[in-house]
Amino acid sequence: MSIMSYNGGAVMAMRGKDCVAIASDRRFGVQAQMVTTDFQKIFPMGDRLYIGLAGLATDVQTVSQRLKFRLNLYELKEGRQIKPKTFMSMVSNLLYERRFGPYYIEPVIAGLDPKTFEPFICSLDLIGCPMVTEDFVVSGTCAEQMYGMCESLWEPDMERQAFEMTCPVSRIIEFDRMSTTVDSKWDSKGIISKDGRCGNNTASSKSMI
Amino acid sequence: MATLSVCQAPCGGFSFDYCRRNVLLEAELAKLERSVPAARKTGTTICGVVYKDGVVLGADTRATEGMVVADKNCSKIHYISPNIYCCGAGTAADTEMTTQIISSNLELHSLSTGRLPRVATANRMLKQMLFRYQGYIGAALVLGGVDCLGPHLYSIYPHGSTDKLPYVTMGSGSLAAMAVFEDRYKPDMEEEEAKQLVRDAIAAGIFNDLGSGSNIDVCVITKGKVDYLRPHDEPNKKGTRAGSYRYKQGTTGILTKAVTPLDLEVVEETVQTMDTS
Repeated sequence: MSIMSYNGGAVMAMRGKDCVAIASDRRFGVQAQMVTTDFQKIFPMGDRLYIGLAGLATDVQTVSQRLKFRLNLYELKEGRQIKPKTFMSMVSNLLYERRFGPYYIEPVIAGLDPKTFEPFICSLDLIGCPMVTEDFVVSGTCAEQMYGMCESLWEPDMERQAFEMTCPVSRIIEFDRMSTTVDSKWDSKGIISKDGRCGNNTASSKSMI
Repeated sequence: MATLSVCQAPCGGFSFDYCRRNVLLEAELAKLERSVPAARKTGTTICGVVYKDGVVLGADTRATEGMVVADKNCSKIHYISPNIYCCGAGTAADTEMTTQIISSNLELHSLSTGRLPRVATANRMLKQMLFRYQGYIGAALVLGGVDCLGPHLYSIYPHGSTDKLPYVTMGSGSLAAMAVFEDRYKPDMEEEEAKQLVRDAIAAGIFNDLGSGSNIDVCVITKGKVDYLRPHDEPNKKGTRAGSYRYKQGTTGILTKAVTPLDLEVVEETVQTMDTS
């Protein structure tokens, strides 16, 4: 039982052929009590860059706002969109500043390079240790279940259609198992590919007691 | 960055703003029998050995978050300067950030002196920083490099003590790795022998310690050359899947779908003239 399951929440991202997908649940609750089912956990940080934040809801909102502030300053200074890897360093820096009094969030970043459209996903721990992977990243209350599903469903170089199914299915199955994340709509914010992004809104199959 | 005026850019260094809030949260949690989330640790087996012409550093590649493997292929051998590399065990964010901070400072120092940095300088910088934080920065490091005075190897503990030795191991798998070293180390080994010894020591850590796993990275530093072999060895290759587990299109019901086409920026414009005479 941890502070991360006080509000609950789960986020994951997967990498496919020339595209990435990021998905999260939309539940906001206080322990077992549900409050709303449309809480945003994935935030756009550029045309082709999204960050998903799982953990304590207050920190989710604070960090996304402070990050957007830093990002805006960066874009004004540089005059261009930020690269995903640089953005990861920015998040890492923001979190490590609070090394001894951290934000209780675990971010997941998914995006495409603004010029080369190279797909990129990564996750960080609550004090900013970055981890770039080639396949998928998960974080949140049902992380272990998500690891299991992703590990079995993910294949390298999945085309977009196959991808659209894999990401959602892994999510629903996770959510069914965890009382603090399930039961509401969950939101796959995007398959992001170079010509457009596509946001899907899908429902979980059953509600939890 | 707490109460910020819009014009103020964030300044560097640690910020202790949330400590009070977090202490109160933890007290509240203790009443509800919950705990604080765990930071990612590197479990780890790292080691280094001095051989005839230089230093060989080795590390495994597993990062754990509690009892789950968070990263199956993380890089634990960090760059400090062109002739100095550092392996890190302990809290992953701490080893990452500490080595980056010291690497930046060492580069400035090197530009100021006009010389290639010495391993003893990096060691002194690291131990002074870690001691300042009294062990709260959980970074256990194996620092190795070759400078004008020859090859050097140090082990640095989170509280700031250091040891200068011909062979060192750190991390949860250090006992397994040290057992291999104690058996087969001899002074003035050849490069291949040293690489094999390091590889075997890390393999001992990987197979006997739960906190270490996956691949073996090796970094060979000699005067004027660095060989970063990542991965040097992959004793834990993932098995191949027997069947296809793909779900059919339409398995998941989609409630709403919003497609936003994005503009493609013009990156490069070239004009080719045609001779129309």
